[in-house]
Amino acid sequence: MNAIIFSAVWGVVMMFGGLIAKNKTTVTYLAIAGLLVLTGVNLLHSCGSWVIKVDTHETLHFDSMGLYFNTIAFVSTLLYVLLSGKDIERAGVHVAEYYALIFFVLCGVSILTSFNGLLMLFLGIEIMSIPLYILTGADKKNLKSNEASLKYFLMGSFSTGIMLMGIALIYGATGNFGINIGPNSAAGTGLGFRPSFLEVGGLLLLFVAMSFKVSAAPFHFWTPDVYDGAPSVFTSFMATIVKSAGFYAFIKLMDVRTAILGDSWLIVLPLVIFSTLLIGNITAVFQQSVKRMLAYSSIAQAGFMLFALYGTSVMSKEGLILYAFSYSIATIGLFAILIRLKDYSLDGFNGLAAQHPMVAFSAAVFLLSLAGIPLTAGFFAKYYMLAAAVKAGGILWLVIAAVLLAAVSVYYYFRVIQSMYFKTGTPEWTSPAGKSFAWTLLLLAALLIYAGLFPTAVLKFIYF
Amino acid sequence: MPVNYYIYFCLALFSIGVVGVLTRRNAIIIFMCIELMLNAVNLLLVAFSKMHHGAAAAGATVPSTVGADGQIFVFFIMVVAAAEVSVGLAIIVMMYRNIHSVDVNFLNRLKN
Repeated sequence: MNAIIFSAVWGVVMMFGGLIAKNKTTVTYLAIAGLLVLTGVNLLHSCGSWVIKVDTHETLHFDSMGLYFNTIAFVSTLLYVLLSGKDIERAGVHVAEYYALIFFVLCGVSILTSFNGLLMLFLGIEIMSIPLYILTGADKKNLKSNEASLKYFLMGSFSTGIMLMGIALIYGATGNFGINIGPNSAAGTGLGFRPSFLEVGGLLLLFVAMSFKVSAAPFHFWTPDVYDGAPSVFTSFMATIVKSAGFYAFIKLMDVRTAILGDSWLIVLPLVIFSTLLIGNITAVFQQSVKRMLAYSSIAQAGFMLFALYGTSVMSKEGLILYAFSYSIATIGLFAILIRLKDYSLDGFNGLAAQHPMVAFSAAVFLLSLAGIPLTAGFFAKYYMLAAAVKAGGILWLVIAAVLLAAVSVYYYFRVIQSMYFKTGTPEWTSPAGKSFAWTLLLLAALLIYAGLFPTAVLKFIYF
Repeated sequence: MPVNYYIYFCLALFSIGVVGVLTRRNAIIIFMCIELMLNAVNLLLVAFSKMHHGAAAAGATVPSTVGADGQIFVFFIMVVAAAEVSVGLAIIVMMYRNIHSVDVNFLNRLKN
């Protein structure tokens, strides 16, 4: 609750700060302070103390895993602002408003990690999405940004409509909006057909809508266009923190509900996972622009995160936390470098190692982690996901396919490493990479390697 | 009137919205179709709310509040829809200023 209140309040503070502050850098410092406060009050909540006592009537339920996920999201955002704050300042004129919108997104994230009913799920998704539509179109004069924004908006609100229909059907079948209730309470209401019929239909619509939000195939088609068209700084935010929060909500929702869908669920889900992995990885191979490649790779990574829907055991949830951590950190770091380069194509990276050894080394660690090479956090994230799926049983072919497709992903990640280390050239920068930038990147890389050596170091905080 | 009529009517309204989104090319009309979908859901929620209330109140001696949450949900949908309208129209106006059209067929710059 602390996080929800403070993020909403700090969003308003940021807007007024923009009126008072004459200097763009001041606004960034204000945002950093806000993120520190946010992380602090969230940790306070994890320790059991509420800053403001609110009775939520069980519409929100706070558990340690959700609060820990909040912490990861806030710390990732903090690292993101530290790395790319200068680029947010350059994205447009209304810097304070961009930060305000980022805080509102974080408010949505903290609702999504604690919802206990479909009403809060809906509100969380919307509070998270609506600011993103604006951020996508932040570059008002750029036609690509306009197009991405309109596309994202139309797709997003369409999927919201589908989700609401699903919620309404579930309500018709069960008579309430809780996430833990099975179909039985619609007896004697004069409904012509079996309530479970309504509920299964509603669940399928919910599944479709959530797949839209997390860009799982076959509902992924908006992702590359939107991620490519949006200003790169905001793509970085959308592809990491927002996406993992969407997954957290998805898994929290489906955790209980899958039992109702029964066996048919176990036919649909592997197909969705397989097509997501296949489309993401295969298409990413052919991309020339690194930004677009990362957009497709985010679809491929979504395929791995979908494995958590399969097991819904403790291991898969731990895996999701680890995945959110490793994927967010690596992608934020990689984007921070990409934003500052003039040329987004692979050639733009030529000779980076000779020019900035530290930056190139961190980028290599990020790419290795995304590819899932051992000794980086990405390896254990993938391992936990697949192991949980194997434990759940029955889908060995899918696990093998996932490993093979992960091997495909090594190809396009390593092409970037190849241009950095084995090709000559001088990358041109829009803003030169300074000392503090390089050291922050190195810190991120160190975090990834540390989590890759001791994954339990990340996970033990769940059970605080 | 049986609740089934409401369900079929809302599903029809919702389907019109979905088909409109998928077939029309004018951004404003697509947007109106999305609003149609949301309103179909509103109507359905109210109908279900009345249905559950009627079932709970049938044998009860004290006034029942069953079904109230469905009505509350409708208000939240209206609020969110209003927020969405303000953002969406702003985006459409922004696009219109740049290309002097709201036809989504122009949205093909990102395909390479």
